[in-house]
Amino acid sequence: MSGNDSTSKTLVVALALCIVCSVIVSAAVVILKPIQEVNKTLDRKRNILAAAGMLAAAASEEDINAQFADINTRVVDLNTGKFADGAVDVARYDQRKAAKDPDLSEALTTKEDLAKISRREQYAVVYLVQNPRGAIEKVILPIRGYGLWSTLYGFIALESDNNTIAGLGFYEHGETPGLGGEVDNPRWKALWSGKQVYRDGEVEIELVKGAVNPASVSAPWEVDGLAGATLTSKGVTNLVHFWLGENGFEPFLLNLQAGDA
Amino acid sequence: MQAIKETLTGPIFKNNPIALQILGVCSALAVTSSMKVTLVMCVALTLVTAFSGMFISIIRAHIPSSIRIIVQMVIIASLVIVVDQFLKAYAFGISKQLSVFVGLIITNCIVMGRAEAFAMKNPPMASFVDGLGNGLGYSVVLISVAFVREVLGSGKLMGFEVLPLVTDGGWYVPNGLLLLPPSAFFLIGGFIWVLRSVRKDQVEATEFKLASHATVKEGT
Repeated sequence: MSGNDSTSKTLVVALALCIVCSVIVSAAVVILKPIQEVNKTLDRKRNILAAAGMLAAAASEEDINAQFADINTRVVDLNTGKFADGAVDVARYDQRKAAKDPDLSEALTTKEDLAKISRREQYAVVYLVQNPRGAIEKVILPIRGYGLWSTLYGFIALESDNNTIAGLGFYEHGETPGLGGEVDNPRWKALWSGKQVYRDGEVEIELVKGAVNPASVSAPWEVDGLAGATLTSKGVTNLVHFWLGENGFEPFLLNLQAGDA
Repeated sequence: MQAIKETLTGPIFKNNPIALQILGVCSALAVTSSMKVTLVMCVALTLVTAFSGMFISIIRAHIPSSIRIIVQMVIIASLVIVVDQFLKAYAFGISKQLSVFVGLIITNCIVMGRAEAFAMKNPPMASFVDGLGNGLGYSVVLISVAFVREVLGSGKLMGFEVLPLVTDGGWYVPNGLLLLPPSAFFLIGGFIWVLRSVRKDQVEATEFKLASHATVKEGT
């Protein structure tokens, strides 16, 4: 076996193995890439539809694509609150990457940073659900923020009055299963539908401890908190406040309401 | 033929990689909170162990001993990446849940252990079967852990409701601990206990004996 351990044999074996393995690995990656891309796009569409409460339980790929045909993807400049479709290429713009890029985002002060995201990107991708006449029925906005253990990523959908919530959902988080992880519970998510965001121009919606008293005057602005998950509940309240507040989508929503976005 | 059968079925109970050798426990903790994810992980690990054993065995006569671990790692890592890519293409939802744990098969002690202990000394076919057998041994433990965790932790099996939860209007209060990784420690411990009660030969010899308490004399 001493022949195997000579320097030349060692180099030849190492080199040959590396070439063979890299060819196999690259081939797998290149050949499977198109299928993976389709999956990724479909997954994103599914999350958006789920947040808007428009996703049927057993929706197939065709159903989702057909539903998405009615949805208009637009870019919003969060500083001005106006559409900025030319600013970035929607197909290639990665909002999560942009939030970390100093050229495309700005640091938030501690006071502004309710959602504990430290930087906010300038451009956000929003989804407009339009009826056949072109009127906007729902606006779907991306939201994210820190809970207890992790950043929660999701979408919130508003009705055409830009105040009533149509749905809310998170597609990625690392909260405790069974406690904070209950943000995925369909029964809890359903509670958001019909709630109001703004009262006298201020973001008022919040999660309360325990169940909401339906007789209370502030009930339209309250959602049941998650049992045993105070910090996740607080995080959700904070991130909704941030993204629907003045540093988030509020300027855009006001412009949209005035027909001036 | 008898030897092949022994290589395949031996690791399931007689020489189980998790229960007897206590290898590959890390992924057993991480991916067993739902049955579907566990099954995919088991298939992935079994395939990687079997094929890496076979490929390493094919070139075993040419592997320089000074770089043998690196050679094994390269082969295992390539297979894992290929498996990961296939999962991303054909089982996207599950691959998202498995996240880094497919990639971590590379460092799974069972795969490395079989490559070093078996494939380096045995012909390709036997190494392949040995990999399959150890994959099955791993799967048996993971599936039993996942069964308990999913049924009692979230009241479901394969995503279908078995015990209606209180939060969904049923009667069952789920055990939250079972959804967290540490619970798998208790379950694997239980599995080993049961296995060793049935197969007494697996019980290890005690390393020391507790001395009895010193008796204190009266009046001192």
